This record gives sequence, structure tokens and C-alpha cells, in this order.
Amino acid sequence: MTSAEPLIHASQRTPFQNVMHRIVRHRSAQVGFIILGLMIAMAILAPVLAPFDPIKVLTDVKVRTPPCIHVLGCPADKPEHIFGVDGNRRDLLSRIIYGARLSLIIGFASATFAILTGVILGALAGFIGGWFDNLVMRLMDILLAFPSLILAIAIVAVLGSGLINVLLAISIVAIPVYARIVRASVLQVKEQDFVSASRALGASPFGLLINHVMPNTLTPIIVQGSLGIASAILDSAALSFLGLGAPPPTPEWGLMLGEERNSVFNAPHLVFIPGIAIMLTVLAFNLIGDGLRDVLDPRLVHGG
Amino acid sequence: MGVSMPVFWLGLVLAYLFALTFKGTPLWIPPSGRLSSGVTIPSLMETFNLQNLSGPMLALVTFGSNSVIFNALITGNFVVLKDALWHLILPCVAVGTIPLSIIARMTRSSLLEVLGQDYIRTARAKGLIERVVIYKHALRNALLPIVTIIGLSIGGLLSGAPLTETVFSLPGIGTQLVTAILSRDYSVVQAFTVIIAFIFVTINLIVDLSYAFLDPRIRLQ
Repeated sequence: MTSAEPLIHASQRTPFQNVMHRIVRHRSAQVGFIILGLMIAMAILAPVLAPFDPIKVLTDVKVRTPPCIHVLGCPADKPEHIFGVDGNRRDLLSRIIYGARLSLIIGFASATFAILTGVILGALAGFIGGWFDNLVMRLMDILLAFPSLILAIAIVAVLGSGLINVLLAISIVAIPVYARIVRASVLQVKEQDFVSASRALGASPFGLLINHVMPNTLTPIIVQGSLGIASAILDSAALSFLGLGAPPPTPEWGLMLGEERNSVFNAPHLVFIPGIAIMLTVLAFNLIGDGLRDVLDPRLVHGG
Repeated sequence: MGVSMPVFWLGLVLAYLFALTFKGTPLWIPPSGRLSSGVTIPSLMETFNLQNLSGPMLALVTFGSNSVIFNALITGNFVVLKDALWHLILPCVAVGTIPLSIIARMTRSSLLEVLGQDYIRTARAKGLIERVVIYKHALRNALLPIVTIIGLSIGGLLSGAPLTETVFSLPGIGTQLVTAILSRDYSVVQAFTVIIAFIFVTINLIVDLSYAFLDPRIRLQ
């Protein structure tokens, strides 16, 4: 009796509302959104939240002091450093908080760049076809022949290290994934009747691509995009860890890990905490991506 | 969960756990290097008295004697062999954990799909024991996507090489690559990138060829 009601409601919602409705009820996506929300709040409020300057060297503490939390019984005459102090006498908590900014910016920026380039290339390749399709797709095959991080390392080696170059390298590595996905769905969509119909009505090829074909290829891009942000953050942390990313004083999680990796046995907090920060952020995007896939995949929508 | 873990962080945590927390217990595992200090192995040239080699032969024998495990195996030096394998445990676990979670996930979904098929019901109706149904009927048919994902995750393993080798201070392709970049030695970077890409492409080729072996319906033209 009551089971019929949600069906009526569902049919009255627009598709977008339907997706929103389902995603906020998806359990793992909820967890992902909560973690991501906390990270974004941390990044935006960094100057307010951070107790110390992330770059300034403190004078009243020893190098690599373990965490000191007053509530948990740390003597009150010592300065409070919740996550301890790193090898250059900087407060780790402040560096973690500021690091959230950098990681999120890198994740979003490189995913955006990769998606834009990949979507444009893939859509044109699928839509135009012929020699252009061949050219673009063989280029993508070349990029795919390298394991992703190795290619990113090689690109950074050519461009020189630095945050912008890392960003570029990670996005270039991610382009072929998006290009392939978009091309496959463009090839599928452009043969459908509604496309032929609007072509018969005199739509220009470009208008056809933008108005009719592209909206129908968005779903896999959204899913892949959220997973792509996760791997971009992971890859940039890896490059910084190797010393190829942001230059040293920058509060970057991967760099913090890399700087202190030799002191893992006498100051483990300096290695554990940045790693946990990276893991939580990446986990958030992976959970959201999985949730989006469950919600958006039409095969699963009908299955239950 | 496993997919979200940075491999270099996992390596460091494992090193901390097994080398420091379990210090003094039998669970202690060395955190870095290839051999314990003091453990050495004579090169193959010394063992087999091959002083006057030259050219490619010399390179090959040097390569063989520097591959500690190979050297220890053919000279029967089991003390060194055990030590070398002991040092390999942590890097292997660190590198393997992430593909493990991906492959386990893939196997689960692929197997679930196959278990819904009619021939599984037929096999059960014939009265076959569950073990035979799962391993012979279901798992064999579920293998194709699993093999694909194994091939792809080897790319991830190769990507992880620079990171894991840096963490566990192993002298491998990955550390060479990183050192070459930091000293702006571009031709070395190029060479190692191409070698790694070659390995990756070869593995993917083997995966493609194995489809025909796993599923006789697929024919190689």
C-alpha cells in the first residue's frame, strides 16, 4: 500500500533531483561527502584553524618533538603541538591543515584540465571519425603504453620539478582515460534515432555535438572524474614524496612524508599523520565515485 | 580502502611495525636493503673462476652474480638465499596490498555474475559438491576479467617501483630513475622509461594472448 507512494514521487522528480536524492542516501557516498566536507572546511578556514604559521620555524621547541596534547596529560608548561613538531621545528598540525588546500587544489585542477582536454579530444575523435579519430586515438594509445606514474615522472623530468609541472604531468597522464570513455559513448550515441532526427531537422554538426550528443555522454565522465581526482591527489603526493613536486618549505602532504621518511623509527608521527591525511582525502573521493557509479549506472538503476 | 592508500606510506608503516615494534621477537623483519650487513656473496666470476670474460658475456655474468637470489641459488649458498628472501618480504607485501584489494573486488563481482548463470544451477542439480561447482564451473568462467585486471595492475606495480624502492632503499630500476631525474640525466630517464613501458606492453600482450587459452571460443587470428 505504502510502497506505491515513493514511485509516484520518483516520477515527479527531474532526473537531476532523482540522482541527488539517491546519492545523499547512498551509505558510502555519505561517508565520502562528510570527509570531503571536513577537508574543504579545513582548507578554506586554514588561517583560522592553524595554531601556527606552517612555514615559520619555531624557536622554543626541539626538533621532532612528539605530539603534546594538554588534555591527554602533557605537562602544561610545554607548548601544545597536537601533532608534534617536524624536523625543521614547524608545527605539524598547521602544516597538515594548510596541506589540505594544496592537495584539494591539485586534485580538482588537474582533474578539470584532464577532463576538459580528454572530453574535447574524445568527442571530436568519435564525432568526426576517419583519419582524425585514428590520429587522436593512436596518440592516446601511446600515452597508455606507459604505466601512469612512470610517464608522469618522465614528464616532470623534462619540464623540471615544481607544483605547476606536476599538475600538468598528472593531467596529461589522465587524458587518455577520459578521451577513450567519451569517444566510446559518442560513437554509441551518435547512431541513435534522436540524433538522426535533429540532423534531419537541419541542426549544424557542432550544435548536434554540443546539444544532443554530449549531454548523453556525461554520466561516465562524472564517475571517472571523481575517481580521477583521487588518483591525481595520490600521484601528486607520490611525485612530491620523490622530491619532484613542490619545493621544500611548501606544506604539501607528500613532501612532508618524503622529508621525514628517514626518521620513521624515531619520530613516527611525522610519517603516519600526513599519510593518514592523504589516505582520508583519497578515500573520500573514491567513496563518492563508487556512490556515483551505483547511482548513475543505468544497469544498476533497474536492478534495484 | 586499500585502493586509497599511498604505497610509500604503507611501506613506511610496515617498516615501522615489523622492524621496530616487533624488535627482538621472531616476527622482526628487516626494513631496508637487500642483505643484512656482514652477509656477502662472492660474484659468479670468483665462484666459477671466469676471469677472462669480455663483452656481452661479462655483462650477463655480472648481471647474474648481482642478482643475489639467482647467484645464491646456483651456488647453493642457502644462508644468503634466506637472508635475501627475508629482505624481500616487506617490499613485496607493501607493493602487493593495493593490487590485492583490486583483484579481490574484481573476483568477487565477476564470480557473483557467473554464479547466477544457468549452467551453475545445472551443475548443482547434477549433485556436484560445492567445491567442484565453485572452482571448476564458476571460477574458470569468471577468470577473464580477473586476468585483465591482473595485467593492468602490473602497470600499477611498475609505477610503484620508484616509490617502494626509495622507501626500502633497494637498488632497482625505480631508484635509478629517480636519481637520474634529480641529477638531470635525461638519456638515463628516457632509457628506463622505455624499458618500463616495454615490460608493461609485453605483459599486456601476454594477457591478451592468454584470453585464447582461457576461453577457447576466442580465436587468435
